[in-house]
Amino acid sequence: MTALVNLRNIYKIYGEGESEIHALDGMSLEVHEHEFVAIVGASGSGKSTCMNIIGCLDTPTSGEYFLNGTDVSTMNEKELAHIRNREIGFIFQQYNLIPKLTVLENVELPLIYRGISASERKKKAREALKRVGLSNRENKFPNQLSGGQQQRVSIARALAGNPPVILADEPTGALDSKTGKEVLEFLKELNRDGTTIILITHDNSIAEQTKRIVRISDGKIISDEVKEAQA
Amino acid sequence: MSIKQAASLALKSIMGNKLRSFLTMLGIIIGVASVIILVSIVNGLTSNVVSIFDELGTNLITVNVGGRGSNRSVDPADMQKIVEENSDCLMYVSPSVAFMGTVKSDSDSLDNKTVTGVSEDFEKIRVLKIENGRFFTYMDVTNKNRVCVIGTYLQKELFDGQSAVGESIKINGKKFEVIGVLEEKASSESGSADDVIYLPYTIAQKMSWNGRVSMYYFSATDTDHSEQAVSKIKTELYKVFQNENAYTVMAMSEMIDQINEITGMMSTALAGIAGISLLVGGIGIMNIMLVSVTERTREIGIRKSLGATPWDIMSQFVVEAITTGALGGVLGIVLGVAASFAVTLFGVASKISFTAIAISFSFSVLIGIIFGYFPAKKAARLNPIEALRYD
Ligand SMILES: Nc1ncnc2c1ncn2[C@@H]1O[C@H](COP(=O)(O)OP(=O)(O)O)[C@@H](O)[C@H]1O
Ligand SMILES: [Mg+2]
Repeated sequence: MTALVNLRNIYKIYGEGESEIHALDGMSLEVHEHEFVAIVGASGSGKSTCMNIIGCLDTPTSGEYFLNGTDVSTMNEKELAHIRNREIGFIFQQYNLIPKLTVLENVELPLIYRGISASERKKKAREALKRVGLSNRENKFPNQLSGGQQQRVSIARALAGNPPVILADEPTGALDSKTGKEVLEFLKELNRDGTTIILITHDNSIAEQTKRIVRISDGKIISDEVKEAQA
Repeated sequence: MSIKQAASLALKSIMGNKLRSFLTMLGIIIGVASVIILVSIVNGLTSNVVSIFDELGTNLITVNVGGRGSNRSVDPADMQKIVEENSDCLMYVSPSVAFMGTVKSDSDSLDNKTVTGVSEDFEKIRVLKIENGRFFTYMDVTNKNRVCVIGTYLQKELFDGQSAVGESIKINGKKFEVIGVLEEKASSESGSADDVIYLPYTIAQKMSWNGRVSMYYFSATDTDHSEQAVSKIKTELYKVFQNENAYTVMAMSEMIDQINEITGMMSTALAGIAGISLLVGGIGIMNIMLVSVTERTREIGIRKSLGATPWDIMSQFVVEAITTGALGGVLGIVLGVAASFAVTLFGVASKISFTAIAISFSFSVLIGIIFGYFPAKKAARLNPIEALRYD
């Protein structure tokens, strides 16, 4: 079975010569369908860089990246945008909802860029909101919701396009521990329903709740442990 | 993303900040409105002036013989001969001798009235309509009869609006019989086409200070023959005077063309000046759009992370700029048309030009495209990672 995410010897190098920084230093990683992976590391270890490359927001300096069997490391901006639109669902620490748009409109966004008709779009967005339990909030604006609710909207937005992979960068980082836990539980539930999730965190207690923990340091993977018991 | 979605997004963003959007559009609004107002007023002015000249008859030709640079002269009989020898293009001629005078009836007196001596053909040249009585005849002219034809203003002032035909008036102390009153043309106002007195030119010659006839009215057979008629008259006059400075020959049709040309230039120049404010308006749009791109950096990052292509972002901002320009244009048109109507209430003639409306609207849309392009390009080029990090 081909891996969903397949990073091969990825380097991301900032600067030149003396001041060169290897944010990713020859990283190779495979993530398969239905996995729930945590990428853990200290601040500055290269987690975000890794996620940006997996999420096609950024391209590696060298190395190959196959997403769902397609080589994306050499794609141009437009092609990358299409990949982000169809293959990836992002969940950010800061939710990243557009404040001027209603909850429903925010969830519709990826579908707009996919060129889906308005009625179809609304239907799918409502389904996604229903899954995160916010059906009754669709006409609210983000700032009318609590942090946990906003993060659930962003999860709904990530789910709406039904992408094969969901990338979550510190999704509980801005939440108190109780709501953080709820969001995490929700991600687990999503994974049980079959969605592949890659979660980035610096928090071991969160990482422990996933099925596989990949630890990185200075842009390299230092351990990769699969916890079958969780599956 | 479709243009329709981009347009609705743009409208939303414009409506989301009404005051700022209005201020952004202000330059365009003022520019479009002033183009429309200025062109309307010049148009109104032109058609007013042209209608005055039209009234005089577009086949009218005026000839001034000053005799400058020559010691020869022409008399009314010479002029009559020109008409007779060129009957293919000329119809009538009338001398015109004007002087200022005091006009009195038994009850009233008017000072500083222009009194004009003309021939019997003047009636046909100027297509005068007699309301009451008759115009004077060839016999009146040759016999130097003391008769006159007056406009309704004089009838109103001197005879309280009662029929003046058969009554007598005194012009500079000399007694004249009123034999005809002209039809009212301009509500009998002072200084208008109703404020006229015509006498046989033979008498006017005696009453004016030097008795010379220096002005003639000709009528061409029709407007199309005006040009030919003008050159015939010029040829004949040159034969007499041997000097082009001694006379001027001017066709009314030519004058109307000149007026149209001058006012056309005026209106282009004024529209050009107003166009500059459109350009300034465009720079206003660009400024605000640049600010808006910066403010919305994070939004752009979010949109990009969700799959917006550079083209999607680009079109979002360009469409927003175009919508701003177009909306400003529409408001400008409304304001301009309203103001063009409003000035007519203050007696200023104005005539709305649909060409000016169409051009200024297209121009404001074009300005939206041009000045929206640069900020939109900037937005489309933003690096999604940096944009997401921006706050
Ligand atoms: N745009 C950039 N320019 C220069 N250095 C960068 C840039 N982005 C990240 N880095 C460097 O790369 C390393 C990894 O950063 P990052 O992936 O953000 O780590 P993490 O998310 O684990 O905290 C850090 O040393 C950081 O300073
Ligand atoms: Mg980070």
